[in-house]
Amino acid sequence: MRRNETAAQEATTFLNARLIDPASGRDEPGGVLVRDGAIADLGGHLRRNAPDRTRIVDCRGLVLCPGLVDMQVFTGEPGQEHRETLKTASHAAAAGGVTTMVVMPDTEPVIDQVALVDFVQRRARDNAIVNVHVMAAMTKGLNGQEMTEIGLLQRAGAVAFTNGKSSVANTRVMRNVLLYARDLGALIVHHTEDPHLSEGAVMNAGEVATRLGLPGVDKAAETIVLERDVCLVQLTGGRYHASQISCAESLAVVRAAKARGLPVTCGASINHLTLNENDIGPYRTFFRVKPPLRAEEDRAAVVRALAAGEIDVIVSSHDPQDADTKRHPFAEAADGAIGLETLLAAALRLYHNGEIALMPLLAAMTAHPARLLGLPSGRLQKGAPADLILVDLAQPWVVDRAQLRARSRNTPFDESKMQGRVLLTMVAGNPVYEYPGAERG
Amino acid sequence: MTSPTQISFARRHLLTCADLTAGEIDALLDLADKAAESNRQIIKKRDVLRGRTLINLFFEASTRTQSSFELAGKRLGADVMNMSVAGSSMQKGETLIDTAMTLNAMRPDILVVRHHAAGAVELLAQKVDCSVVNAGDGAHQHPTQALLDALTIRRAKGRIAGLTVAICGDILHSRVARSNINVLNTLGARVRLVAPSTLLPPRVERLGAEVFTDMNAGLDRVDIVMMLRLQRERMQGSYVPSTREYYHFFGLDHEKLARAKPDALIMHPGPMNRGVEIASTIADHSRSVIRDQVEMGVAVRMAVLEAMARQLPNR
Repeated sequence: MRRNETAAQEATTFLNARLIDPASGRDEPGGVLVRDGAIADLGGHLRRNAPDRTRIVDCRGLVLCPGLVDMQVFTGEPGQEHRETLKTASHAAAAGGVTTMVVMPDTEPVIDQVALVDFVQRRARDNAIVNVHVMAAMTKGLNGQEMTEIGLLQRAGAVAFTNGKSSVANTRVMRNVLLYARDLGALIVHHTEDPHLSEGAVMNAGEVATRLGLPGVDKAAETIVLERDVCLVQLTGGRYHASQISCAESLAVVRAAKARGLPVTCGASINHLTLNENDIGPYRTFFRVKPPLRAEEDRAAVVRALAAGEIDVIVSSHDPQDADTKRHPFAEAADGAIGLETLLAAALRLYHNGEIALMPLLAAMTAHPARLLGLPSGRLQKGAPADLILVDLAQPWVVDRAQLRARSRNTPFDESKMQGRVLLTMVAGNPVYEYPGAERG
Repeated sequence: MTSPTQISFARRHLLTCADLTAGEIDALLDLADKAAESNRQIIKKRDVLRGRTLINLFFEASTRTQSSFELAGKRLGADVMNMSVAGSSMQKGETLIDTAMTLNAMRPDILVVRHHAAGAVELLAQKVDCSVVNAGDGAHQHPTQALLDALTIRRAKGRIAGLTVAICGDILHSRVARSNINVLNTLGARVRLVAPSTLLPPRVERLGAEVFTDMNAGLDRVDIVMMLRLQRERMQGSYVPSTREYYHFFGLDHEKLARAKPDALIMHPGPMNRGVEIASTIADHSRSVIRDQVEMGVAVRMAVLEAMARQLPNR
């Protein structure tokens, strides 16, 4: 899907690395040989000695791991290019260590037809510097009423199907989509939020909303739709992924579904893992996201579930919004926060705080989403695409929104102190990002 | 009484009651007491705001509050301009911030703003150079209303500390309730909230109030009964089934009022729905101070504008 046809790529050997591969559980000193866009060899025997005639990168003992797979990225292409294009998003992704992004169908027009999947793939091939896959709409125009051509869209390259930022309210439609998708082995990714309960709500219901005088939505809005969906999965056998879990009650539903052996998985956004409703403070619209930031107890529960392996995937839910949509009173601003470039660094906060070990944390951003989507990337393995990142886990830095690469700057992490920086990002054997301050051998 | 030079209210804006100290509130109420006196004289006009420009910027319809601020400004000698949204560029898609920048360029000294979105006035205050008074933002705050309520209570009862105040009705959508909870708590009153659960915001007790869903219990031995307006739109959202049922359980009638102390005051921020949240005869009851509230509204707004004027740069 990307332009890696560039002939005669120079082979590269990464020496003296700490290899971390969540897919195999590998965490050891070693090296990786990259040739023709793929991982040609890896292991302890490459720690010090590179094969002849290869470019050598001395990793100085830093972490070399698979590039991240972010399965929830909103861009503005087509239709809202002033917010973000596939190109600008891909530069933000590369700087953040994301080598594969899955773009959502919430565009203008909605990606609900084969021609539009083709369009995005072509635009990405010509302009993006990381891998781009399309998650197509599962209902026409995301209207929640009529199923799209799931089979043809899948054949065109759509890796999963979703109703974008809204839930399918019609239970019969949801049942039929799951049933039809099962025949094709297609993954259904659903945002779970009862449209009636959440109507008019702009944040989590509770003390903070009450003090701010803002309409809040009960957590039950998320859990109700999730429970319904789990019943439908039981009925249909369709593969189902809840895109963003944000509260303890929803976790219980997913846990029970998994215990029954249902094909149910779930994700959480980096925002819900690292922020809570108190961060909204005096009506800061960059903290307005969907689902809304919850109470600290819920954030902690989501983190614990991630550590316990109950949450399969972490997404950035990168959603560029500009002044036109964010510089408004809180209740009138748009939802959404950018996150591609800060995804890994923000996630590493959980590791540095001792809330989760490195391996399961990285698994949720590499091997797990790749496996769910059926992608060959997200692992260090002979023959796998050479989508790699070199990470200095210790390097401190401060987020400066003016320095971010995304076209829109609505980050909730502005001025946040981070620890952990991507020094090098490689996609299919091509270096697509190098940290300017990096000094390497 | 505090002399003008000793006013302990030194803020550029008045946006919320949540962070006002008892000293600041007392100072404003003392100043308002004086204003109330001067408002009863034949010559009401003073020159505290002479040469100053006050703009009333109302994004939401209001008769009472807007005219009250207008009168307050004029009695202090300010040039007052009223801007309402209907027919202006704000309805032609201009954003709040652009409107703020435009008005700022006209160099007003004080902006009085009402907006339908919570936090909007604070947002606007961040973008302008002048003083900003919140005249109501969504369901968030309505500071001058809470101050005029406090003044009305203080004048009628001689104190506020130790009194029990029941705020009854649509708490969920009420900025008046939120501001009053703040001010009354700060001044040492006990606050009760009386409403059906559908009209109570979650965790509202954490703001400093005792919650009742039974009005008879909620009014038991209270000193003040403060009624709130029930907007008719609330029927559509299934918050309450009908005005008839609402009046039956939460309307203030003689029977329910009898639960309160014999000298309990009856208050309402207006405009009233007679027969919905309050019986017509109670609105006109001898213990009703609803008209005093309107009078104190002008006095409190004069006090706020005067206090604000002392913070304005003098060049």
